[in-house]
Amino acid sequence: MNAFLALVRTDLRLYLSNRRALLITVAAPILIAAFFGAMMGGAPGKRPARVPLAVVDLDRSALTERIVADMKADESFDVREPALPAAIEQVRAGKIRGAIVLPEGFGERAPRAMFRPGDKPEIEIHVDPSQAVALALVKGLLAQHVMREVSKAAFGQGVDGAKMLDQARKELRESTRIDETDRRDYLALLDQVARLRDRQAASGKAIPGLGGGNGLEMPFTTKEHEVTSGEAPYNGYAHSFAGMGVQFILFSGIDLGVGVLLMRRMGLWKRLRAAPVSRRLLLGSRIASGAAIAFLLMLGIYAAGIAIFHVRIEGSWLGFFLIVAAFAILTSSFGLLIASLGRTPEATRGLAILATLLLVMLGGAWVPTFVFPQWVQSATLFVPTRWAVDGLEAMTWRGLGLAAALPAVAAMLTFSVAFGAIAVACFRWEE
Amino acid sequence: MLEATDLAKSYGPLAAVSGISLTVRGGQIVGLLGPNGAGKTTTVSMLCGLATPDRGSVRVAGKPLSETAQEAKRRVGLVPQEIALYEEMGAEANLRLMGALYGVDEPLLSRRVAAALELVGLSDRARDKPARFSGGMKRRLNIACALVHDPDVLLLDEPTVGVDPQSRNAIFENLETLRDRGKALLYTTHYMEEAERLCDHIVIVDHGRVIASDTRENLLKLGTAPAVPKGPSLESVFLKLTGRDLRDSA
Repeated sequence: MNAFLALVRTDLRLYLSNRRALLITVAAPILIAAFFGAMMGGAPGKRPARVPLAVVDLDRSALTERIVADMKADESFDVREPALPAAIEQVRAGKIRGAIVLPEGFGERAPRAMFRPGDKPEIEIHVDPSQAVALALVKGLLAQHVMREVSKAAFGQGVDGAKMLDQARKELRESTRIDETDRRDYLALLDQVARLRDRQAASGKAIPGLGGGNGLEMPFTTKEHEVTSGEAPYNGYAHSFAGMGVQFILFSGIDLGVGVLLMRRMGLWKRLRAAPVSRRLLLGSRIASGAAIAFLLMLGIYAAGIAIFHVRIEGSWLGFFLIVAAFAILTSSFGLLIASLGRTPEATRGLAILATLLLVMLGGAWVPTFVFPQWVQSATLFVPTRWAVDGLEAMTWRGLGLAAALPAVAAMLTFSVAFGAIAVACFRWEE
Repeated sequence: MLEATDLAKSYGPLAAVSGISLTVRGGQIVGLLGPNGAGKTTTVSMLCGLATPDRGSVRVAGKPLSETAQEAKRRVGLVPQEIALYEEMGAEANLRLMGALYGVDEPLLSRRVAAALELVGLSDRARDKPARFSGGMKRRLNIACALVHDPDVLLLDEPTVGVDPQSRNAIFENLETLRDRGKALLYTTHYMEEAERLCDHIVIVDHGRVIASDTRENLLKLGTAPAVPKGPSLESVFLKLTGRDLRDSA
């Protein structure tokens, strides 16, 4: 037992004595988690960044000016009004996500197009091709604000609305392309709208269904409920700390494995093996010290997450500690596997980093697994890091109890046993 | 004290050692000499339990030695060819770890650590890290690590590689002191003058076999033959026995 403790103590002492390396090992995941966390929404209560867009109003009509004003009032977007060449240049430079160009004559043609198929004004949208999601955002923005203002112009009170209705009725009557029955029904519809407008103008009451004179409105509203622990809102840092913690702790597992290979090269392993200690003790001490280091590092990373980035253990604290402990053992057995399969420290480190990055990527440490295709999501259940990330998230922002931690703990321990068994079977004992 | 009988070890089709036998008594330094690839390192590995012989046996003070024979292993100290130290841990901490691995407990451990440092002349650098030591100091600490559990048998695999004459002389004096204390030392080296100065008995191996095993004096007598141009020296005897062909280009 003394020999075991002496070896574990030595490993811990050596690891902790290199303060610069230790600082980097702890600081790197915190910094990167801070970055990813901010990208994913940051701390609770912070509004997401507004999407920068440009609107170029070539029409300068009352309608287009109202559309631009509506867009500017939308809190989801940061709308600016440069000239057309400047707008396109800003898109090209990546400073804005897209530029909307409202063409000349839009104010006149758009309301008429509501009643006359075919002749529609064309809004040009210039988008950054690297931001595919921006086009959907811009179209959504247009659908909401343009429809409201155009319908207001078409159906609303005032000279524009009356003029538009009269013009539409005139065109319907003169059209030779429309079926007579349809013509009658369309005219009746427009007559009813006109009567409603006139009645509202006389009484000062709003027209139901036409947005109280404000044009067509969205036929619904939404109310968002964040499904978290029920007590605290979602914290984007909770995911990023789980992901980056898992990634960098696995890197420490690589150090453990490569450390054994370096010990071989230095003759230290030979010296340890010449001592009257069993193979089980030698490998067991490496696993124990590696797991202890990984456990402490993960706690350090989460301590920073809790203190600085308001990450909270909303679920079971016991479950959290069990998951961290199981992941620490997993890391250590992964390191031992590297030591068993590796030959030279240099080549092994490169391959181990590649393997780690794949594990981390598939485990959902960089981006949540729900963005993966369904078959990848199913396949990643066989990736141990997936269990680690999911387990840590379950105990933090999802606020789940101990029962939710146990499957992740069991999965990680199973992987640890498998890694350890392969490592022991493949370990080169003779020099 | 150390007795190896008919040791054989192959790695795949390569027979590294093919029937080596040797004995090292207490108070004796036995030199194990041989060209590169002769089987010296494999032999040392089997003598300290790092490699399991395909054939033959090793006994320490009459007890069989194997990887799992902890009692026998406890009586053997290994000085590897490499400087096998934790460079970022103090000299004393290195020794304490080695002592703990061999089951030495306090307060004996502290006394042994102090004695080992004293023997190799590093008492005043006990807390310093080997990373700050000269090559010679590291070599001396490398030896001290094998002594801290007070073994009966010391296996030294080229322990003076890369050290200056002063450090080498200091190491020789350490080893002679240990011989005087009744320890059994097996010393492998490429430096013939080292073997000439230190060894009471010399075993020359080549191609995995013992080709000569005798006292230093008797081996030197072989060098008086007319075919040897430079007169009697261990090197001339060695070259006569093992040939002049380069070995590490094979």
